[in-house]
Amino acid sequence: MRSQRTAWLLLAPTLLILFVFGVVPFIYVLVTSFLHWNAFAADPTPRFAGVDNYRQLVFDDQFLYAVWITLRFAFFAVVSEIVLGYLLARLMMRDFPFKGFFRTIHALPLMVAPIAVGATWRLLTVPGLGPLPYLLEHFFGIDYRIGSYPTQAFVTTVIMDIWHWTPLVTLTLLAALSSLPREPFEQAQIDGASPFQIFWHITLPYLRPAILATVFIRMMDALRTVDEIWMLTGGGPAAATRYIGLYIWRVVFPKTDYGYGAAISLITLYLTIVLCWLLYVSLVARKQKKGSF
Amino acid sequence: MRRPRRLVTFLFWCGASFVTLFPIYWMFVISAKSRADLFGRPSLIIDSLNWANYAATLSDPTFQLYMLNSIIVATCNSLLVTVLALLATYALSRFPMAGKENIFFWTITNRMAPPAVFLLPLFLLYTQAFTIGDWKLYDTRIGLILLYCVFNLPFAIWILRGIIDAIPKELDEAAMVDGASLWQILTRVILPVARPGFAVTAILTWVFAWNEYLFAATLTSVHARTITTGLAEFVTVTGTNWGLMAATAMLTLIPAVVFLGLVQRHIVAGLTFGAVKE
Repeated sequence: MRSQRTAWLLLAPTLLILFVFGVVPFIYVLVTSFLHWNAFAADPTPRFAGVDNYRQLVFDDQFLYAVWITLRFAFFAVVSEIVLGYLLARLMMRDFPFKGFFRTIHALPLMVAPIAVGATWRLLTVPGLGPLPYLLEHFFGIDYRIGSYPTQAFVTTVIMDIWHWTPLVTLTLLAALSSLPREPFEQAQIDGASPFQIFWHITLPYLRPAILATVFIRMMDALRTVDEIWMLTGGGPAAATRYIGLYIWRVVFPKTDYGYGAAISLITLYLTIVLCWLLYVSLVARKQKKGSF
Repeated sequence: MRRPRRLVTFLFWCGASFVTLFPIYWMFVISAKSRADLFGRPSLIIDSLNWANYAATLSDPTFQLYMLNSIIVATCNSLLVTVLALLATYALSRFPMAGKENIFFWTITNRMAPPAVFLLPLFLLYTQAFTIGDWKLYDTRIGLILLYCVFNLPFAIWILRGIIDAIPKELDEAAMVDGASLWQILTRVILPVARPGFAVTAILTWVFAWNEYLFAATLTSVHARTITTGLAEFVTVTGTNWGLMAATAMLTLIPAVVFLGLVQRHIVAGLTFGAVKE
């Protein structure tokens, strides 16, 4: 009964759905990216375009700007989340009352719909309504309007992402910290190592795989953030927070220039894969050296 | 000696929980205020609960349709994904297959692709290719249900792989010797043993489907819109009614809050693809 045929039959529905809704769109976008195809053009029939679409996007300032600010957003968000998440995980390792309760509360943002996260932060930051503009104005004299100031909008999107995803880092690093062996730490303490030396020479090397894995996953997610940014700033002011996902969705796609939109989609996918591959290689390199992950 | 440290940590986590909860509390405050009370000096206290926003949202036929769509899409997707993942995972776990680890890995990669990249091809396919006569997959619930499998199936297979691998092979081999059919093994042996794991899988895929926005916004227009797209519509219209938006957002996050306690321990393994085991 445990024949290959039964196994393939069991797998068939899954593979079929993933093929139709995962692979077919990919092939479709690949083909489309080599076409001149604009639904609103004088001649809306698709024509072969060679690499014209790709040539065009190399000189597309808006696209390059979107890539640049997306990388900047992902960098600041992920670095802050790792540092903050590590500190929180250390504090979660301690013994204190109602630990399970606090842990559950801390995990709450992970379950909330990204679009609702955007709505929440919008309500916090709307001038005249939210507490943030009011507090910043009264206590620090800062004119806080994310609808007008690009830097403030950028920083607010990063802080929102930190609020949303730091719990993931905390909980992953907490799991890693809980599984650390005790002996090296005890030995180091006997040898009189300073807390910083212990952190740098023992904790960090042990946590490296977990940290890299978390960076990898968070990076992938941060690069494709759309929903909450759309809800919070709508990509503005001007294009200050129009990250790559938003750019494809709100600018390229509605223009009905399908060929060019496909090329941009594909390049985005390619850039994501390259970046993730680089992170992955650093993981695997470590895995082979240490022999465990 | 240890007491002050315990107290300090406890107080710190009180503060951290405040930071986590405050944005949601604030949304609740807004949702419970009348339109006239909204502006002016922000006040953190709700003077009198005003359910008008909730009543207005819940009695709006458009919103009712969105809510119904979300419930149908999330429930059907979750059931479909759990059943298909059970079959697929059982095959991957128990059968001798050439290259099954590659199939497993390929399945997982489906979840990693940035959704925005697939909006354009899916929109074109849904409006032009996936059609039967006048009927299009565009703006249908079934379109969303099937599409959500692309990110939910890999997740479910990942979670269930660990669970089914942990069930001793002797258990279903014994059933096989007794003459049980494959279907009987799956429903009478595997399912009962792994019930908690299936519950977690079903709940989390349900929540992911419920939370999805980008595809729902792009691939539906009128009939199959979901609650998340309804929430976003409050902002694109000029002169946002903040109270209504807050009430809708509160309704959107009810499932997250309800299920949080049940699945909290599995979220991390789920979201990190088991990169970190708990």
